[in-house]
Parts: sequence; C-alpha cells; structure tokens
Amino acid sequence: MTDWKVGTVTDTRTETPTGRSITISVDGWPGNLAGQHLDLRLTAPDGYQAVRSYSIASVGDATSVQLAVDRFPTGEVSPYLVDEVLPGDQLEVKGPLGRWFVWTPEDTRPIQLIAGGSGIVPLIAMARAHAMAGSTTPFRLLYSVRTPEDRFFADDLAALESETFHVDYVYTRSTPADWPTPPGRVTREVIEAVTIPASDSPGVFVCGPTGFVEAVARSLVDLGHQPQSVKTERFGG
Amino acid sequence: MSSHVDGNALAGPFSEVFRTDMTTAVCCCGGCGDTTTLATEMVYGTDALAHGSIVRCRSCDDVLITLVETPDRLVVRFPGIATLSVDRDTPPA
Ligand SMILES: [Zn+2]
Repeated sequence: MTDWKVGTVTDTRTETPTGRSITISVDGWPGNLAGQHLDLRLTAPDGYQAVRSYSIASVGDATSVQLAVDRFPTGEVSPYLVDEVLPGDQLEVKGPLGRWFVWTPEDTRPIQLIAGGSGIVPLIAMARAHAMAGSTTPFRLLYSVRTPEDRFFADDLAALESETFHVDYVYTRSTPADWPTPPGRVTREVIEAVTIPASDSPGVFVCGPTGFVEAVARSLVDLGHQPQSVKTERFGG
Repeated sequence: MSSHVDGNALAGPFSEVFRTDMTTAVCCCGGCGDTTTLATEMVYGTDALAHGSIVRCRSCDDVLITLVETPDRLVVRFPGIATLSVDRDTPPA
C-alpha cells in the first residue's frame, strides 16, 4: 500500500498562457520511472478533499517531482495549481503509481512519442530517461499544440534534441511566422510523414485528450502498427 | 458525450486495496470475454476521483468495476469481471 506523503512546492514556472510546471519536494519519495503518475490531494479548510492524477515530467532517483498542469476553467483543482500555488505551499501526494505506461532503458525498440497539449508530461519524462541513460535507441516525438505559445517544456525539449532524439511540432491553430505548412490536425498523413514507420516495429506512446488519443491510435493501427505496441494515456477533455 | 480516461488512473485507489500495481493486471470481461490489461479499459468519472468512478469494458461497454471513495472507506465492486490475473513478479504498487 502506498501512503500519502506531504510535499513542499519548491518552484513554479509559467509554461504556456494557461499552464505551468510545478516542482514538489517530497520527503521519502522513492524516485520514479518515466511515465508514472502520482495522485495529488487537496484539502479545503472545511475538510472537503479533492484528488487528481498527474503524470510526472521528471524521472530518476531524486526526491522531488516535476508536474505540469493546464487550467481547466471548470476544474476544482487545476485553477489552484495554475494560478495560486506558491513555493513553500504543501500538497499531499501518493505515488509513484502505474507500471504500464512506462519506458525504461532496457526497452531497446525504437520509440515514437506522440503528445497532444499537456500530454507531453509523461513523454518528456521518457525523453529525459533516454538522455540520462545515454540510450542510443532512436527516439522521436511528435508534439501537437494549438499555437507556439502553447508548447510546454519548449526549451527543455530543444536542449534534449540529439542524434537519437528528434522533435516534430504540429500546430493546429497558428504556426510560427516562417513555418512551412499551414496549421492543421495530426492526421494519418502527418503521422505517416514524420513518425517512425510500422516496418521498424517501434514502441509507440500516445498521451493527450481522449479525442486526440483515439484518433491517433486509430491512424497508427491503419498504418500497420500492432495494437499491443501502441500504449495510450488519456486525460479526459 | 461523457469523456473517459484509461485504467491507468486506477493505480492510486487500487494501491490501497492490492499489494501490486493492478493497472498491469490482465482483465477478462464477463460479458464479452475481451481480455486486456486493466490500464487499457475505460474509466469514467475520475474528475470526481474522491467520490467514485466506473470502469467499463473497452469492447462491449459493460460495467466491469465500480469504485466509491469517501474519506473513511473505499468500496470496490466487480460486477462485470470474469477474471483478474496478476504477474506474481510485478513489483509493489
Ligand atoms: Zn466486454
């Protein structure tokens, strides 16, 4: 059984107009694998509690975890985390949780990551694990966002790019000024053009809003990927 | 349309009931026989994780599991599951 632990916010960073990343130091945190999540519990002064699951953007043995949160205007928890929480504030966390949507360096298949919006969180953890391990297995990320300002971890991803890790952006509403293609969705044609082909038998991790994940997973199977080599994580919406 | 997330989200509440990570358990639907990792089933209502969730079969939509959480109790029902099997080597949740 995994117990609730008290974490202290040590850093917050604005990532997008509606989202930010939060680093939480947790006494007794055992470290986490890339792709795992934690449950976060907030307790109101009247005792009312709300629990939400968040993917972890950080990886490894450290006793701190980095999350990234996008504001859902009707949410009970995300507006607090995006707009109000400050360094020094305490939050209860439980984890690390989940061993299914996880990448470890023992996995030597080529890896294709596909993210929609804040679905980047568990996938950047995988890219970080790949870099930390010095893994030479090819990694590629397809990252779909509305506009350039909506990219989470833009600088971190740029710093991670290497011979074996490549990032492709797809903009659905507006693109940078000199972008070669007009804005558009992640269609089957886009996936075919900029991802590792099924013939290379990659492992594929897809994370994003439910509609995005389902459309992408369908396209991947249409393109010949084995359903069992495509792992998905939806976050509602 | 009400939206759902994956069985991945069950890791937290189930860690209070089971010793190992149940999201990697293999789940067989009693209704249609579809057999898959619990992480890939559909979970509705996690926006209110503190109150309750329903897990439905990804294939036939039958209700597999219900969870109701209160501050004092976690109540789990398995109305639609034929078998739930775990790898004995799965590390603790
Ligand atoms: Zn079924």
